[in-house]
Amino acid sequence: MHAPAPVKAPVALAVHGLTKRFDRPAVDALDLTVYGGQFYALVGPNGAGKTTTLRMVVGLLRPDAGSIAIEGIDALADPEAAKQITAWLSDEPMIYDKLTPFEYLEFVAGLWRIDAKAAEARARELIGWLGLEPHAHERCEGFSRGMRQKVALAGALVHDPKLIILDEPLTGLDAGSARTVKNVLRGRVAAGGTVIMTTHILEVAERMADRIGVIASGRLIAEGTLDELRRQTGMAATSLEDTFLTLVAEGNEAA
Amino acid sequence: MSQPATLTWLAGHELKLGWRDWVSLMTAGRRRRARRVGIALIVFGAFMHLFAYWLVARYADATVSADTATLVGLTGTLVLSWSLLLSQAMESVTRAFYARSDLDLILTSPVSARKIFSVRMGRIAAGAVLVAVLLAAPFIDVLAMRGGARWLSAYGVVAGMGAVATAAALALTIGLFRLVGAKRTRLIAQIVAAVIGAAFVIGLQIAAIFSSGSLSRFAALQSPWMLAHAPNTHSAFWWPAHAVLGDWHALVAVVAASFAVLGLAIALFSGRFGEHALAAASVGSAVVRHCRWSLHFRNRSPARALRQKEWTLLIRDPWLVSQTLMQILYLLPPAVLLWVTFRDATGSYVILIPVVVMAAGQLAGGLAWLSISGEDAPDLIVSAPIAPSRVLRAKIEAVIGLIALVFGPIVAVLACEAPFAAVVCALGIFTAAAAATLIQIFFRTQAKRSQFRRRQVSSRIATFAEAFSSIAWAATSALAAAQTWYAVVPALIGIGILAGVRAISPRASS
Repeated sequence: MHAPAPVKAPVALAVHGLTKRFDRPAVDALDLTVYGGQFYALVGPNGAGKTTTLRMVVGLLRPDAGSIAIEGIDALADPEAAKQITAWLSDEPMIYDKLTPFEYLEFVAGLWRIDAKAAEARARELIGWLGLEPHAHERCEGFSRGMRQKVALAGALVHDPKLIILDEPLTGLDAGSARTVKNVLRGRVAAGGTVIMTTHILEVAERMADRIGVIASGRLIAEGTLDELRRQTGMAATSLEDTFLTLVAEGNEAA
Repeated sequence: MSQPATLTWLAGHELKLGWRDWVSLMTAGRRRRARRVGIALIVFGAFMHLFAYWLVARYADATVSADTATLVGLTGTLVLSWSLLLSQAMESVTRAFYARSDLDLILTSPVSARKIFSVRMGRIAAGAVLVAVLLAAPFIDVLAMRGGARWLSAYGVVAGMGAVATAAALALTIGLFRLVGAKRTRLIAQIVAAVIGAAFVIGLQIAAIFSSGSLSRFAALQSPWMLAHAPNTHSAFWWPAHAVLGDWHALVAVVAASFAVLGLAIALFSGRFGEHALAAASVGSAVVRHCRWSLHFRNRSPARALRQKEWTLLIRDPWLVSQTLMQILYLLPPAVLLWVTFRDATGSYVILIPVVVMAAGQLAGGLAWLSISGEDAPDLIVSAPIAPSRVLRAKIEAVIGLIALVFGPIVAVLACEAPFAAVVCALGIFTAAAAATLIQIFFRTQAKRSQFRRRQVSSRIATFAEAFSSIAWAATSALAAAQTWYAVVPALIGIGILAGVRAISPRASS
């Protein structure tokens, strides 16, 4: 677990009363604040509302109620300005099979209106970091899941976003690819960026995150550093897994 | 019940899969639609019988001892139908090669791969035969009702044609595999299939234009030159035509020979089929040449980046390339007619304009689906800092831009000789393309580009509306080129189709 960001850090994401119903409430008046320069992990059981929350934050879903502010920008009133400084990476890497990684990154840079020279330099840097150099000019159609995820991650980083939101980015990756992705994300946080990530792999949250939020039934039932969460459950020196299961059980009882 | 792993057991398995696939295709995966689909098929069958009656009833009196003209006409029709069957069979064989599906299971099972692939080839042949028989059924039924049961022998000939088409498709595709390898075969096979499907029709039309100045493909078959050079009526060359007319000896020979050819093809190729399919399934990463776009980034607005992306993806789509090529091939006869017309200065370009407009509408419909509904990275586009309306506009511009690229040269040639006709043609192309694009916008869904082949299943209304809209604008353009106010009537129908589609589209009701 890394040291928490200074308390006076600017707010990267502020969510208030966020609500979304499908057949039942998926997200139920959720309040969430993430400070700049933090690695924030959102954990919770299946169907807790993690992905729905993040999809609303990045503009993929329209909330029924509530507010979303990214770096102080009202994401519902001015979505384009909010999107300009945000990146989204879903659990299923969505890239174009018929484009090469290099072409894909140029396309992303165009969408985000990034200067070509700066974007190209950044793209070459990312391709190097992610070990994609030998495949930079091959079409993505034959890529493995890990390679596709790396291309998608490079796309998320090429416009140098202040806030990166990732939904289960390590699913299906081999150990080497997972390590690369984790290093790149930690590097972003070290450079002052903010990372919000959902994960089912509690060890990842435990090792990488500055703060952890636990969601159950569409509500944030606990939040803090691992030590704070342990204190909340009264179970000192236990693993995040034990702490998480206790918190979720308590949350379900309260609901 | 047959023993596991025997040929009949495997055939039963393939039949079950084939049936479920067909039901899913027809009902779009919703079993509750089955009854409605059944009724629609009966209505469609009845309509096709009426159409067949109008088209072929007058030929029902043709006898077994037919003259050369009848035999030439009948054989020409059979060859034309066979070329289309071959095109379809090639597509089926190519699809079977490149779909990995259960390949791992098959090749790791203790059952002989030759046995399994023999059955699989048999399934492809059964599919081709079934399609051939179903398409020919209305015509054969009408002829049998009007001219007697002897016409039913045509069913045997049609089934034989399906078998030979599959055998030829297997030989061609496997030949391509050996010649150019797994990587290139997919693209080349699709293009070859498209060209074969179109070539015979187009060849006859061009011959007809030169011989009689009309687009009718039968004019060439009945030309004096053709009749003079045709073999004697007792030649074995006419056996398929004699078999259709009810000659039982010819029928037995044609059917036996056809299925013997299919059996031979299966025996020859089933051993290597698995090996080729495995090679095809592992094909993926084609190395791209270092084109300028891939060497350096260029400053682009989001709209331009979107247009460029659409064009790149469309150009790199082998299925679309083959379909576009086929559309362009179909434009060849009108282009030749244009040349012949202006060379002779007879001014009959009114025939040309609706063909071009119709083709533009149909091509635009496919491009619009790929561009608007077939988005492989929807999250990326929605999470980008660009308004949805601008995204949509850029995609529409990409479609219209490609249509202009394909049809611009024809309009330009026309403009040199007949400026008014060129203006009408350009307006017709633009309107038909815009209408087809609008229909795709009304019915837009979220789908992978690879689902393009099944796009008709998701909305049959959109598919039919697209076709009728193109016909309406083609008719409008033809009448406008003829400078008659009757052009208003199909134009109003075209507008009505759009309004109707808009009213019932899912977007209007949501």
